[in-house]
Amino acid sequence: MRQVSVTVNGVRQELLLEPRELLVYVLRERLGLTGTNVGCDTSSCGACTVLLDGESVKSCTVLGVQAAGHEITTIEGLAENGALHAMQRAFHEHHALQCGYCTPGFVLAAVSLLEEHPNPTEEEIRHGLEGNLCRCTGYVNIVRAVQSVAGSPV
Amino acid sequence: MATITEVEVGRVVGTSVKRKEDLKLLTGRARYIDDIELPGMVWMSVVRSPYAHATIGSVDLSAAREAPGVIAAFSGEELAGEWAGSLPCAWPVTEDINMPAHWPLARGKARHVGDGVAVIVAETREQAADAIELVMVDYEPLPAVVDPEAALGEGAPLVHDEFGTNKCYTWALAGGEVDEAFASAAASVKERYRQQRLIPNAIEPRGVIAQPIPGTGDLTLFSATQVPHILRVTLAGVIGMPEAKLRIVAPDVGGGFGSKLNVYAEEALAAALARRLERPVKWIETRSENYLATIHGRDVVQEIELAADADGRVTGVRVKLVAAMGGYLQLVTPGIPLLGAWLYAGAYAIGAYSFECTGVFTHTTPTDAYRGAGRPEATYAVERAMDALARELGKDPVELRRLNFMKEFPATIAAGLTVDSGDYEAHLDRALEILDYDALRREQAERRQAGDPKLLGIGFSTYLEMCGLAPSRILGAIRYVAGGWDAASVRFLPTGAVQLVIGTSPHGQGHVTTFSQIVAERLGVDVDDVEVLHGDTAVSPIGMDTYGSRSLPVGGTAVWHACQKVLDKARLIAAHQLGVTADDLQEEGGTFTAPDGSLVTAKEIAFAAWTAHDLPDGMEPGLEALAVFDPENFSWPAGTHVAVVEVDTETGSVDLRRYVAVDDVGRVINPEIVQGQVQGGLAQGIAQALWEEAVHDEDGNLLTSNMVNYLVPSAAELLSFELDRTETPATTNPMGVKGVGETGTIASTPAVMNAVIDALAPYGVTDIDMPATPERVWRAIHEVKR
Repeated sequence: MRQVSVTVNGVRQELLLEPRELLVYVLRERLGLTGTNVGCDTSSCGACTVLLDGESVKSCTVLGVQAAGHEITTIEGLAENGALHAMQRAFHEHHALQCGYCTPGFVLAAVSLLEEHPNPTEEEIRHGLEGNLCRCTGYVNIVRAVQSVAGSPV
Repeated sequence: MATITEVEVGRVVGTSVKRKEDLKLLTGRARYIDDIELPGMVWMSVVRSPYAHATIGSVDLSAAREAPGVIAAFSGEELAGEWAGSLPCAWPVTEDINMPAHWPLARGKARHVGDGVAVIVAETREQAADAIELVMVDYEPLPAVVDPEAALGEGAPLVHDEFGTNKCYTWALAGGEVDEAFASAAASVKERYRQQRLIPNAIEPRGVIAQPIPGTGDLTLFSATQVPHILRVTLAGVIGMPEAKLRIVAPDVGGGFGSKLNVYAEEALAAALARRLERPVKWIETRSENYLATIHGRDVVQEIELAADADGRVTGVRVKLVAAMGGYLQLVTPGIPLLGAWLYAGAYAIGAYSFECTGVFTHTTPTDAYRGAGRPEATYAVERAMDALARELGKDPVELRRLNFMKEFPATIAAGLTVDSGDYEAHLDRALEILDYDALRREQAERRQAGDPKLLGIGFSTYLEMCGLAPSRILGAIRYVAGGWDAASVRFLPTGAVQLVIGTSPHGQGHVTTFSQIVAERLGVDVDDVEVLHGDTAVSPIGMDTYGSRSLPVGGTAVWHACQKVLDKARLIAAHQLGVTADDLQEEGGTFTAPDGSLVTAKEIAFAAWTAHDLPDGMEPGLEALAVFDPENFSWPAGTHVAVVEVDTETGSVDLRRYVAVDDVGRVINPEIVQGQVQGGLAQGIAQALWEEAVHDEDGNLLTSNMVNYLVPSAAELLSFELDRTETPATTNPMGVKGVGETGTIASTPAVMNAVIDALAPYGVTDIDMPATPERVWRAIHEVKR
């Protein structure tokens, strides 16, 4: 077991972790942050995407101990003072979610994408989000939601 | 002529109300099965056969039982006494069907890779997973058969020895004089297509938690299921528990697409072990496990023949299918091809029809319902064959379709059902207009002439589908054991809010919003004042759940009727309050108006019905009603889909350049939700044409065993679709609605493949197996060249 200090959604957490514990299960099962979902076991689907120091990572491919000293943002920590993040609002406004299982990962991946590329083309959005899979929406409305936040024409 | 893109807009019906479901999903506060933890809960894992076909000798669980945290471990033989019945197959399609026993754990033999042979219960998820490695099973591998046609061959390894054959059943349907149609045909085509095996891939894998209720002997089963009601009645029979003691809860469910329309071994195992160990038992499927243990779709070999007269009028259709069942029959495995059996004539007026399907056991994961279930296969065959006939006759595929459309409605099809309404030329014309068809054909010709290595292809699919499952008497006639009705209860609460309890079970489709709109429209309340309850048999005791694009045309119609019943009672109270006769009252949107202009709203009446201080003599207090709706007919959506592709003849890669879909799903309640259903369906149907395929080796190992090598498309592979609608209201329900959940999947696969073949016309390519990978396309070009 290893003593780990990690900041999750602005709160510093002191955790005693097994070296093999994946970040996604640290978040879900130790901290009760079940908004981060698991959809595969090959780092393919992106349902577990969170922000590590503001950048999107698949939390199923990060060990809990690797997060030591870093800041993690999960979907539960995205809204500020009760107000939804612009990306969350855009997903709602554009009907960019159906079953919702991939949604937390998509929202965080999209937030990270716009941090890196504030004004992406449709093509750049599509490629920027290719690490996340959605089986319900056909992606059209996800792309529109991201475009609307980026301020590019929809 | 149908009007184009005009929705009949009510106060809230026909408007894109933003979804009530979204907030919890967007903030990580949903409660999916894996988010549920119960006190004292333990974890289950399943030991699965690595062989597609093997005798199971000794199962040594001693090391596993000694492993850290392990509470119990059982082989199939050791749990044999837990089962009152086999896992259910609810659709014995013929009297002489071969129906094998299907136990939650295999005994004696394993019949597909992933077949469960033992089960472990441990304190934690990790301990349960680790202990699997310590189980020693003495397997004797046997030859396997994975191809359904090979399985019918002489000497093929038998999946179930007791039948002496791999044939499960042969089922046939005919109408009109088919042999005569072919004998007198001026032209005919005979085509053979392969519907490759697909993996549904709901992004949430399956999961279950069985919770014993101490002191009562009751059991609550939480399951990521589309079908809590069907699960309750059937699982009770498997585990030998009175139905009344079993409660099923479907929490938030992360997609289904048919894969959660089933009764699975793990549900029975968790229930039996929870009962035995007196602790809540949880099992969560991994994705790799999902690829083996959750049903697959398609896997059908199709032969279709069309006969036509000299003008190109199609006079007969003859279809023969060989459909893989897999190693066992799941809930509706044998019936899936039947769901398409009426549709091999497509949207066309064809007088003679013959359909025959042979179901075959193979050493593979069972097949069952995957989005569209039988209807994508039918649509693919007839739409591809129409293009083949157009080539044969030297006609434009659009004109051939137009010539053959059914034009008068209601239209009784040769296979024997009646299509209530439609206007197929309306959506065809609209699609051609959006497309600028003539310009595209010009571009295609120019590229061919210029020797452009990137060729343009235009592919059509003018589909008709059949959904809204289903009239109970028809289901009975085709030997499905349950009905096709659905239920809704509408209850005014004292404050004027409305509680709606539904028998359908959403997992992404937006029932809560759509059904709230229906209630709001009819009863004159706000959308936000409607509470929609579902997915828990303790709250919603009756229903037939969600599949087959049935929730709106069947379940939504039940909501409409329940509202009507509430209004009927409210009218009597209104008449009493306003001192007029009930017939004197005008009602609109839940407000009753007397001839003198005095009025009272349903909301106000609800309060009076609750206080019951002054009701008509003999009237029961309260304002609520249950309606159960059994549709008189299926729902018949139709539309025109067009794919435009660029095929790189040097690399074989197919680039989808445009996709136009004009659908007629009758009247719509929430246009944005309808559009979302179409978009998602398109992605799945296009993926069958271009990317997805479950591949086995000859020993029955699944080579595409996870999301790395089974290609579920991302946003990068797809494009923004161009969608529109035409509207001919259904005549068989009061709202005029038709199903929409599967149209995109049903229509799109042949549109894309027709486009690929169209692009390669200069090379004389007439068929490519799906998915049309660059390698297959390149080989097709070069083989024909040679």
